[in-house]
Amino acid sequence: MQTLLEIKNLKTVFSTARGVIKAVDGVSLILNTGETLGIVGESGCGKTMLALSMMRLIPANGRIAGGEVLFSGQNLLSLSEDEMREKRGRDIAMIFQEPMTSLNPVLRIGEQIAEAIRLHQHVPAKEALFLSERLLAEVGIPEPERRVKDYPHQLSGGMRQRVMIAMAMSCRPQLLLADEPTTALDVTIQAQILNLISDLKEKNNMAVILITHDLGIVAEAAQKVAVMYAGKVVEMSEVEKLFSQPQHPYTRGLIESRPSGCADTEANGEAYLKTIPGTVPSLYDLPAGCRFSERCALAEDECCVLEPELLEIENGHFVSCFVSQRIVK
Amino acid sequence: MASVLVDIQKLRKKYILGGGFLQNRSRIVRAVNGVDLQIFEGETLGLVGESGCGKSTLARLLMRLEEPDAGRAYFKDQNIFAFSYDDLKTYRRHVQMIFQDPYSSLNPRKSAISIIQEPLNIHQIAGRKQNREISAQLMTRVGLSHEQAKRYPHEFSGGQRQRIGIARALALQPALVIADEPVSALDASIQAQILNLLKDLKKDFGLTYLFISHDLNVIRYVSDRIAVMYLGCIVELADKNNLYQTPLHPYTRMLLAAMPSCNPQKQKREMMIQGEAGEIGDQGCNFRNRCVYKIDICNRLIPQLRPYRERGLCACHRTGEI
Repeated sequence: MQTLLEIKNLKTVFSTARGVIKAVDGVSLILNTGETLGIVGESGCGKTMLALSMMRLIPANGRIAGGEVLFSGQNLLSLSEDEMREKRGRDIAMIFQEPMTSLNPVLRIGEQIAEAIRLHQHVPAKEALFLSERLLAEVGIPEPERRVKDYPHQLSGGMRQRVMIAMAMSCRPQLLLADEPTTALDVTIQAQILNLISDLKEKNNMAVILITHDLGIVAEAAQKVAVMYAGKVVEMSEVEKLFSQPQHPYTRGLIESRPSGCADTEANGEAYLKTIPGTVPSLYDLPAGCRFSERCALAEDECCVLEPELLEIENGHFVSCFVSQRIVK
Repeated sequence: MASVLVDIQKLRKKYILGGGFLQNRSRIVRAVNGVDLQIFEGETLGLVGESGCGKSTLARLLMRLEEPDAGRAYFKDQNIFAFSYDDLKTYRRHVQMIFQDPYSSLNPRKSAISIIQEPLNIHQIAGRKQNREISAQLMTRVGLSHEQAKRYPHEFSGGQRQRIGIARALALQPALVIADEPVSALDASIQAQILNLLKDLKKDFGLTYLFISHDLNVIRYVSDRIAVMYLGCIVELADKNNLYQTPLHPYTRMLLAAMPSCNPQKQKREMMIQGEAGEIGDQGCNFRNRCVYKIDICNRLIPQLRPYRERGLCACHRTGEI
């Protein structure tokens, strides 16, 4: 398998009125062609900012403070803005959580997809419109010849997300960044959209980065998983490994605190859910040492002073926790 | 058998959408379309369904925040839709609600303790000073500290805000608490804390819950019985274990199949999940356009919610066959 994307020690900081925060703090990832990487974490853990940093689309008060984003060997961070614009949409496409705010409400959807096509490919307007019809059919929208003339508000949430996916697929990107693509959707629609993304991935040998807060979605759709906590990746491995032998106490806590579902255990009426005490620390006020130490049952003196590194404890299984690293050793 | 606390009979509520300026055609949405449902004292009844299925409207009808078009609902044998203003005030002491969004459901200009105290003052449970004490106790009970009493909602995290909302709902010692998606807005690690708290409080206060959620995992954890709602109708009602082990209605099966399972070995689904919810005419079963088990009769007759062998109620012409 070929490496498509390699992120090395990426750092993104934001200057705010209350000080500087490190939203993405030294994240390293590797993604192969045709692979799906799930990035999972709670709100504020930096997963969206990681994706936006890759696309160089971070808000104005933020900046990328260091690191490399190697896409097919080329560092995206050293490209000029014009070169980067060429990449976006053509080689790397992105879909967002709320399809309504990402679509232009006053343009027919056919025109919007055609616009994406004509931006990167030299085709006449008429042909682009025809291509957008074909794309709509490909993402499973019934009667595409009629639907190209619809405005976004005429479509349901699920259909809008399909339109977004059609637009993203218009230039056959090598990498699709999907940021919470199903969070706003119902479960039955979510299942359809996840199936669609994985079908398109197979057909086009495309790599996918799937950002989500839902471990269930990761289990279902990803081959590799990175768990993020307070701006850092705390654990990364193959998906089966992560669920069968989670090593980081945070990952374990997340899996165990999920009501039933997990491991398909019988939900017992009297049993309590396991919880992770406390809340996610504010990025303005991170604890010394390991960022999870305050909530961690296994924390030792060392954890409150030193910050653990993300180390490979087994083939392809990375963890940043002193305790689990020692146990495996 | 526990006594019936709430008895909902043939409740209906429709809304008319559009039809205004610039819109040529109005559309009728039957949000609650003939619901019969009983809630027993001391149980947790889970109400699950996708967005737009009418579960929140049903909750609002029960709180009498909406007036129904038809049907009745009895709380301890009194018809809640016949209540006078005074009756209604008493009723609301017994029935309280926890909302989904802990951000918009708390007054941003009031401190945590005054938010919790407000219902006590309105209903004049005791003097102001004593009400203050009760509120302080409630704060501790839901896991907030005394130092936090004077803080304002924006100073709390989502989970803590939901704790304030819960304390407020419990202040009047209600018999029934309607919890409308109480954990949907919370992060995964906080959800479990709140679910455990709700479970504890139920025991301590002797509560009955109507627990509304779209999340089948959450519903499974909290409920004793579960009602599945689809486009304004209850399509299946059964004990928790029956529902998850042998779902009767094709829609329940579809929901269960669509539920992300947290088991990477099951990356392929066994069941076709197709279509979107939408009303498809007055005749026949509303689910027929998405149903893989559809037969001729489903186009003509609306299926009624009927008992099937002691194992629950199901509204499907082919109950037991499939």
